[in-house]
Amino acid sequence: MNRRPKLELLDKRRIEQIIDDALELLSKVGVFVENKEGLKLLDEAGAKIDKKKKRVHIKSELVQRCLKSAPKEIKVYDRVGRLALDLKGYNIHFDPGSAALWIYDLKKDKIREPVTSDLIRFAQLTDGLKYLKAQSTALIPSDVPKEIADRYRLFISLLYSSKPVVTGTFVKEGFEVMRDMLVSIRGSEDDLRREPLAIFDCCPSPPLKWSDLTCQNLIDCAKSGIPAELVSMPLTGATAPVTLTGALIQHTAENLSGIVIHQLAQKGSPIIYGGSPACFDMRTGTTPMGAIETMMIDSSYNQIGKYFGLPTHAYMGLSDSKTLDYQSGLESGIGAILAGLSGINVISGPGMLDFESCQSMEKLVIDNEICGMAYRLIEGIAFRKEPPFLELFKEEYLEKGFLTSPHTLKWFKEEVFFPSQVIDRFNLGEWLKKGKKTAVWRANELIEKIISSKSFDELSTEKKNELFKIIQSDAKKYGFDQELKKRFKSL
Amino acid sequence: MEKKLKGFLEECYNAVLEGDKQKAEKLATEAVKSGYDPYLVIENGLVQGIEKLGERWEQGTCFLPELVLGAEAVKAGISILQEPILKSKAGRKNLPRVIIGTIEGDIHDIGKTLVATMLSANGFEVIDLGVDVKSDNFVKMAKKYEPKFLCLSSLLTTTMQNEIRVIEGLKKANLRKKLKVMVGGAPASLSWAKEIGADLYAENAISAVKVAQREIGHESKRK
Repeated sequence: MNRRPKLELLDKRRIEQIIDDALELLSKVGVFVENKEGLKLLDEAGAKIDKKKKRVHIKSELVQRCLKSAPKEIKVYDRVGRLALDLKGYNIHFDPGSAALWIYDLKKDKIREPVTSDLIRFAQLTDGLKYLKAQSTALIPSDVPKEIADRYRLFISLLYSSKPVVTGTFVKEGFEVMRDMLVSIRGSEDDLRREPLAIFDCCPSPPLKWSDLTCQNLIDCAKSGIPAELVSMPLTGATAPVTLTGALIQHTAENLSGIVIHQLAQKGSPIIYGGSPACFDMRTGTTPMGAIETMMIDSSYNQIGKYFGLPTHAYMGLSDSKTLDYQSGLESGIGAILAGLSGINVISGPGMLDFESCQSMEKLVIDNEICGMAYRLIEGIAFRKEPPFLELFKEEYLEKGFLTSPHTLKWFKEEVFFPSQVIDRFNLGEWLKKGKKTAVWRANELIEKIISSKSFDELSTEKKNELFKIIQSDAKKYGFDQELKKRFKSL
Repeated sequence: MEKKLKGFLEECYNAVLEGDKQKAEKLATEAVKSGYDPYLVIENGLVQGIEKLGERWEQGTCFLPELVLGAEAVKAGISILQEPILKSKAGRKNLPRVIIGTIEGDIHDIGKTLVATMLSANGFEVIDLGVDVKSDNFVKMAKKYEPKFLCLSSLLTTTMQNEIRVIEGLKKANLRKKLKVMVGGAPASLSWAKEIGADLYAENAISAVKVAQREIGHESKRK
């Protein structure tokens, strides 16, 4: 066995200390819950509720009970039914950073609002990128009524890529429609429960609050068996204590409170321990995802999630840069590699710029290479027993070199990760001859090739029509059904 | 006297730069006792301090906690200096009034509070409605207080759409033309402001002050 390289910033003693503090925090200070059903569940489970402040004090025993019933492994399947994500242990899976308000248009060098055609191309591109194991509803469309933007994104994703989807709702009404779409692909609610096709993000508001919507999301996910992903986002010194440890205690408490509500709603439902914390920038008031301290918090809370034995998630491999430059590359590279070394099960981030606001298809293609490198890194160094090592240094090879030795031929493809044309490894002369292109423009050329290859699994006409019916009847409520019909004439 | 006053104003200015709320309160009390013109103390002392901090913040040499402490010192000083103004015959000069809040469905507080603090430290009267403010309530409060500005904050792409309802509500209540609507928060932008028919957009707290000041024709007296 190769040794799997790991990054561990906390030792066991520190992990246990943070958990103890978080449990004390939950019991003494409690967590704010705005949602009636959530409050009822907690009340029935014996949590002490300060009704005036809507603050729930959760005892350690209840937390332990809920931790026990949460599954330790989650399997997510693609649209065709193939296992795509096996969320356990140190397995890693990358997916594009989700819910960007903007898209970077390279040719116009402009950040603009995404439209339906962007969503389609983005889904097709993600489908063709080998190292992205899931897609996400990465762009928020500007050309549909805002009220239905959440499910419209999912509709496009399901139509144009077979990869499972990391997504979420914007409004309470969104959940049912989105669940119906997923059920229509699988055939029945039970089938969807058995073979989840999507993961839904559920975000507490820091510090220690569950708003009405997000708490409802959590409960809805639990009941339908759709994996919920906790996205707790303490901001150091702004919505959480400034120290990394302080932010970790709060993060742990927020996640644990989420697990309690979720498991109370449906024992044994799948839930992912995750987040999107940031080291708040005291100069600009922004939330840098590319800050090394942000990544340190991510890596550490992942250790805490693993201590509980739960699948984990983080937003890493993204950048705060507003364009494709040195900063976007370095921040994404560092993030993806650290996430890989940390063994975070779901790593959301590729493609993303401007904190979590802007997606770029070129960056997605470049980041795909970074992900490939991360996968290679965690494979570690292999010790091959055959042939005995002295045979590798035969006189013949010492004279002629190793290029065509049987040993080289046997192993070179196994040992080395070969990036696509995006990564330039030509000599200077070749690079000049090929037009002195940068990685960004090489990525741009690749986009068209991938999208036009159309190698993805088409959804059957019958399923397409079912999906369309669901979104259409929903769109009708907002007077958007006719326009929708025009856009998708073939359905 | 002239020299003494100059030194006093300098002290007020420094109290703000140091973010020393207690000192600002002490100086304000002293100013009231000594009969200094409260407007002079506010505008040539305290507010100049916060303007300096704002300038430093823009240059990257002042950090947010320092900026907020400075603004709180100004606010504390103003609240004491206001007493004689309210008692005087001329009464209180009408400070430009602002209503601010985080939009319905959104319980993010920090950015909105920062804007509110900076506005009140810069001589605006701020009514902060808090977070998760229903669109009806924005309209109701706008009717009651007749502010010059209505500031809407959102941190989530999911909740910003509720801002449209506020604008529609203002139109229905015939209030839309009587005030300026300013939007802000991470997902907001100038184009978003235009799209929903808001008047103004500010990308941060300092810019919110500048945008509001520009609207009321106030020129900074920065040294």
